Parts: sequence; structure tokens; C-alpha cells
Amino acid sequence: MEYRKRKSLNQSSAFWLLKIMSFIVVGILFCILGFIIINGFQAISWDFLTKMPEDGMTKGGILPAIIGTLCLTAGSMIFAFPIGVLSGIYLNEYAGKGWVVKLIRTMTNNLGSIPSIVFGLFGMSLFVNTLGFGDSIIAGSLTLGLLALPVVIRTTEEALKQIDVSYRHGSLALGATKLQTTVKVVLPMAFPNIITGLILSIGRVSGETAPIMFTAVAYFLPMLPSSIFDQVMALPYHLYVISTSGTDIEASRTMAYGTAFVLVAIVLILNLFANALRRYFSNKVKTN
Amino acid sequence: MNRKMFRGKKYFIEALWEGLLKISGSVTSIIIILIILFLFSEGMGLFKNNIVEDGYVVAVNSKNKIENLSPQQIKDIFDSKIVSWKELGVDVSEDEIIIFRLDDVTNYVSEEEIGENLENLPKILNQILEDNPNMIAFIPESYTKSNFSSKILDLGNIKISDFLSGKEWFPTASPAPQFGVVPIVLGTLWVSLGAILIALPFGLAVSIYSAELASNRLHKIIKPIIELLAGIPSVVYGFFGLIVIVPLIQKVFNLDVGETGLAGSIVLAIMALPTIITIAEDALRSTPRAMKEASLALGANKWQTIVKVTIPYSISGITAGVVLGIGRAIGETMAVLMVTGNAAVIPHTLLEPVRTIPATIAAELGEAPKGGAHYEALFVLGCILFIITLIINLVVEYISSKNKNKVA
Repeated sequence: MEYRKRKSLNQSSAFWLLKIMSFIVVGILFCILGFIIINGFQAISWDFLTKMPEDGMTKGGILPAIIGTLCLTAGSMIFAFPIGVLSGIYLNEYAGKGWVVKLIRTMTNNLGSIPSIVFGLFGMSLFVNTLGFGDSIIAGSLTLGLLALPVVIRTTEEALKQIDVSYRHGSLALGATKLQTTVKVVLPMAFPNIITGLILSIGRVSGETAPIMFTAVAYFLPMLPSSIFDQVMALPYHLYVISTSGTDIEASRTMAYGTAFVLVAIVLILNLFANALRRYFSNKVKTN
Repeated sequence: MNRKMFRGKKYFIEALWEGLLKISGSVTSIIIILIILFLFSEGMGLFKNNIVEDGYVVAVNSKNKIENLSPQQIKDIFDSKIVSWKELGVDVSEDEIIIFRLDDVTNYVSEEEIGENLENLPKILNQILEDNPNMIAFIPESYTKSNFSSKILDLGNIKISDFLSGKEWFPTASPAPQFGVVPIVLGTLWVSLGAILIALPFGLAVSIYSAELASNRLHKIIKPIIELLAGIPSVVYGFFGLIVIVPLIQKVFNLDVGETGLAGSIVLAIMALPTIITIAEDALRSTPRAMKEASLALGANKWQTIVKVTIPYSISGITAGVVLGIGRAIGETMAVLMVTGNAAVIPHTLLEPVRTIPATIAAELGEAPKGGAHYEALFVLGCILFIITLIINLVVEYISSKNKNKVA
């Protein structure tokens, strides 16, 4: 009897502890989000989103940073998406089980876990100095693309893995070649999951600072970029600059809140969009 | 005939496609090799640099028996921390060290004697050195090219052992920049260790709660929140840390500055949580139902089943998650850069400013002249970081392969 009592007491106290700790973690997240959203929302206005920074970045807007981040993110996706998807198809559909594939997989995993600042060093050394692009959109995009590549590969592989092998067999049995099977049967089925993964990786790339610090961004630029060899401003770097080393940190606080808000909003919107897309596609599959 | 051509074309396209796939598949490997190549070739350049600044030499009186000086000793001499030749282990007729830099030349001779175009300078420098047996001089190499009878110390290049065991990081010091990696590596480990100590209990609690206890509805709320937590840019965490956590720490511990290792640890802990939670939860969920039910059928309650069956079964998965979390913490740049204060000194408590490897690279690369020793030293730091993450990755792979064997 004693033992039983102790046993159930142990259980309930442990469960309570787990519950409390979990709620603390969730609470902290809501604190961070709430803090940024409440403070940042007051800074947001049409002018903030569409005007140039003024007065040593204490007033005005963040238009060049938004444009810069758009350019860098789009550029990195143009590079990472095709190569990543092709690579994912190769790993899942074509490659066998030999040591070569194992090696490639290990390499992909390793690439995915390299710290972003190392990508920054590499990008600076290869794209900026050796290839002579200078600090430019193209150098930054390529560096960010390298960072996004393992994410895209993994997403594609996961998506392809979920397609039942009987579909492939069916297609092959009807006389289709492997290429036809992959392009006309497997890829369309895996498409929704690939796209949602891609959207999430866009969110990831748009917030990276360390890789672009030495390959693409400028502290302050009074104009918008006109070619891919121009330097740009970018949202994450802008936030870093005005919250740590601006001319007047206190005066630019509102701008910092606003910039943080825009960054969080991008991630939030992309997340919601990806989730909605996932739900839409899964409903569609059901009704079919 | 037509059909045959169609077939031939088809096979051609097929082969082309397969080739394209193979190339794409090998891109990641090529990138890794390129990264290693560039990082290491730039980094190894550091060890071809002289100990003192480029274009300068350290010279002493020709009778002085000193042969070698480490970068640390040179810095101490010119900072007047070492004041006698005895401390360096040599006997000189006058023991006190006289430091001489080029600017000091006017204390010894007048400007007219040097000449309008500095034409007499090499001879004068030589003369001053020979007049003072206890002098050590830091002078441009170009003035020592001809007829220089004083002893120029052959200090050699920066040594890997000095780099790895040096206790000072002071890359802009003159005459000898200090590239000692110990305080930075310790700072990195210190902050990451603190982060993992905070993140581990919370991460485990959330993963157990959401895998075993939470209702389906609650799980559907927790999971996307954790995903969102993983997606928020690190610079936003840094900003939050700078504005909320740093002042809080300053107030609670009554410190002069709130930018401390502890602030870094807390921010990193929040950032490492999603990695730990996601992987640990997956591991917990992979426990076979039959095992849990067998335990429950034997009279164990839910908590005992979790502690004695579920956790031991999934321990390798949980470890993998924790190790990956550590990896993320070690490599994190922006958030740490913003909240830890970046003082390159060996930390003794978590309440001091510290500096990590990534933060050092990010903070200094912009100011380091391209191709110089400082620039190359930062690439060596990059190599160290790369090697650390590689090791962590291999450990994770080893753990998960062990896990697979167990399941089989």
C-alpha cells in the first residue's frame, strides 16, 4: 500500500513538473513573439516600408533593406532549387546503395551542419576575392544558396520517399522509361511536399546574417541596387547594425523594433502559407 | 525507321538526364571539398607569416646572446612587462631592457643628423644599437639591408603550437600580434556548455510531455510553435537578448555590464531547444508500442514506463539530438555576437563578457586587411570551427548507426 501511494505520488509530481516546464518553454516563445510584435507593430507604417532611411538610420523607412533581402533570397533560390531538387531525385530514385551514395549522403549532412559564418568565410574567399565578384548580390546569393542546398535536397528526398513504390512499378510496367516515370508520375505526386519545404527554406535563408555580412551587404546605401554586381542592404544585417552600432542606438530603437517585426512577419507568413498549402494539397488528394 | 529514331532519341535524353542528375548529386561533395580547400589554404598562410609585423625586424646589440623570442615575450617586452634581460635568460652588461621604436630616434640624434631624405637613418640606427648593449629595437626591415652590424633576431614564423596554446588574442598588437586561440575556444565551450545545461532539462521535458502525455490537440499546438521557434532568424533572438535578457542579468546580478556569457547561454539555449525537442521527440515516439504495453501490463505506471522503458530505448536518439543542439550552439554567430560582450579574455565565471569563435570571425573580418596575418588567422578559426562541427556530425552519425543496429 505504502509503495503504491509513493508510486502514484511520484508519477503525478513528475507529470506536473513536465507540464510546468513545457508551459515555460511555450511561454518564453510567446514572450519573444509578443514582445517583437507588440513593440514592432507601432513602428510599422506605409512610410516605414516604402521609404529610404533618414537621419543616420534613426528615421524614415527600410525599403532598401527589404529590396536587398528579396534580391538575395530570390537569387539563392534560383541557384539552390534546381540543383537541390535534381540532387534529391538522384539520391532517392537513381543512386543505388553503394559507398558512393553513402559518401554523398554524409557530405550533404555535413554541409547542412556547417555553421553559417564558415559559409561567409568561404563565400568571401571564393566568390568575392577569387572570382572577383566583390561585395555583390551575386556573391551573397551564391553563398546563401550553398547554405540552402542541403535543406532543399533533404526536403526533396523526404517528399520522394513518401511516394509508394507501386506507382513507379505501375508506370514502368506500362512501358514508360525511368525518366518518364520520374517526371510524369513521381514528381507531380511529390510536388506539394517539395514546394512546402522550399517555402520553409526561403524563410530560413531570408533571416541569415553571417553568410552575407562579408559577401553582399553594406552598412548604408542611399539608393536601390541596379545590377547583380551591386552591394545591397539586407533586413537581418540592418537590424544587427542599428541595434548594436548605429550612430544613435537609442534613437533608432523604433526602427530596430520595426525591422525585427518585418523579419518575424516574413517567417510567420511563410510558415502559415506552407501549412495552408500542405492542408490544401492533402485535401485535394483525398477528394481525388 | 521513325520508331527506331524515336527510340534512339529517347535513350539519348535518358542518358543526358541521368548525367545531369549525377552531376547535381555530386555538387554537395564538391562544395565540401572546395570549402576545405579554400579555408585551409587561406588559413595555413598564417603560419608563413613572421612573428612581427610584415616589413619589420627586431634587432639587438651584436654582443647580445639572445637567440629567440616568442610572440608573447616580444609583446611583454614592448609592453614593459618584462624589464630585465635576466628574465629572458641572457646576461647582458646592463640588465635593464631599453625599448627602441623608430619614433624614438629623435631622442638620440637631431633631425639634421638624420638628413632631409632620411639618408643617414640606417647608419644612425646601427650606431644607436651598438652604443646600447641592453637595447632591443623594432625597426623597418628596409633600413637594415646594407652594412648593418647589429644582430637581427631570426624569429621565424608563427608556430601552430603557439597559436593553439597562446593565451592572448590581440591581433592588432604591435610589434608582435598575438594569435592565441585558448581564450576564444574556452569562451565558445563555456557559452555552449551553459546553453546546453539550460536547454537539456527543458528540451527533455517538452519532448517527453509532447510525445507521451499531451493530448492530440495540445500536440497539434506545440509542434508548429516549436517549428516557428526554429525558423526565427538568429539576429532577432540576438535583438531580443540585447533588449530584454542583458538588462535583466545586469539588474539581477548587479553587474556593471549585462553582456555576459550567461546572456549568451540563455539565448543559445532558447535557440537550441527546437533541435533537441524535435529529434528527442521523434526518438521517444519510435519506441515500439508493444514494449510500453508490456511494461504497463506488468504493473508499472506510466511514469515508471517512461523512465525505465521509453527513455532507455530511445536514449541514442535523444543523445543525437543533444549533440546536434550543442553543434548548433557552437556555430551560432549573430545572437552570441550581440549579447556576450566580446572580450577576448579567458573566462572564469559565466558572469563575465566572453567571446566565441564565430563571433570573433564576424566581428573582426571586416577590419582585417585582406591577405594579412589577421585575416588568415580568422580563416584558421574558421577551420577549427569546421573541424569541431565535422566531429560532432560524425559522432551523431555513429550514434544513429548504432541505433539502427539495435532496431535490426
